[in-house]
Amino acid sequence: MHKYANPTEFMRIANAVLPWAAGVTVICFMVGLPLALIASPADYQQGEAYRIMYIHVPSAWMGLMVYSIMAGGSAGFLIWRHPIAHLVARASAPLGAIFTALCLVTGMLWGQPMWGTFWVWDARLTSMLMLFFLYLGYLALGEAFEDPERGDKAAAVLALVGTVNLPIIHFSVEWWNTLHQPSIFTMKGMTISADMIWPLFAMVFAFMGYYVCILVLRLRSEILNAKIRNARSARAAQPMSATTTAATQGAP
Amino acid sequence: MIDHLIHMGGYAAYVWPAYGLATVCIVGLYVTTRRTLKAREQEFERLKRERREGP
Repeated sequence: MHKYANPTEFMRIANAVLPWAAGVTVICFMVGLPLALIASPADYQQGEAYRIMYIHVPSAWMGLMVYSIMAGGSAGFLIWRHPIAHLVARASAPLGAIFTALCLVTGMLWGQPMWGTFWVWDARLTSMLMLFFLYLGYLALGEAFEDPERGDKAAAVLALVGTVNLPIIHFSVEWWNTLHQPSIFTMKGMTISADMIWPLFAMVFAFMGYYVCILVLRLRSEILNAKIRNARSARAAQPMSATTTAATQGAP
Repeated sequence: MIDHLIHMGGYAAYVWPAYGLATVCIVGLYVTTRRTLKAREQEFERLKRERREGP
């Protein structure tokens, strides 16, 4: 695992993965979108409004998956001081926040025609909103300290504490009475028609591929940013050491 | 069929904004990520060039 703590080695693999992830994203969107919008049948209760599901469900799953990755990266950073794990967590946070926001807004747009309201303070919706705030908290905390390492540590601790919310989100529809429908995956199998599940899977894979692509680009960007900071501090240190040398040489 | 697609069985006001917002988020995040990456690549190259050329 420590082999992949080397940014050069890690980026070699990440860059090799990028074109494949881009290919999966494009193909899955090209297949998934026409299936989701045209080919899949209308729902017998919700009519065409259910088509929001093809955006809402992948966003929700990605919001949860990205948070798990972010928490895993934070654990790797806190326990093993793994630099890449920290970079992955940092680069994932804005993506997870956007997926979660997308899930919340598309959920509101789906809720209004189906439930008669954009928002209810029930367990699923509230716990998902908490997830969004956890992402924002992680991002804010990382920037809140003058010493970046202290900020990174505080944010990583918050990410780990926030994992408590993940099972709450997942089981909220079973533990409490809620307007939100239960999971489509049950112990007895799927509660969704095959005509609807394949477009949904295509959209989920498109979102996953997209996440990988943006993650690799953001990692590249974060590593470059670290190099720029190092180069700047090396340049700033140069005249100072020259002055110090001159002062030492001039001293009696 | 196009008419049916546009009207979304009377739910167009909900379905299309959802897909529109998703498109804006997906494209917007890609564009800003690429832009930041390009800016940092240029900045790093500039710093490298300055270092090579010396003070």
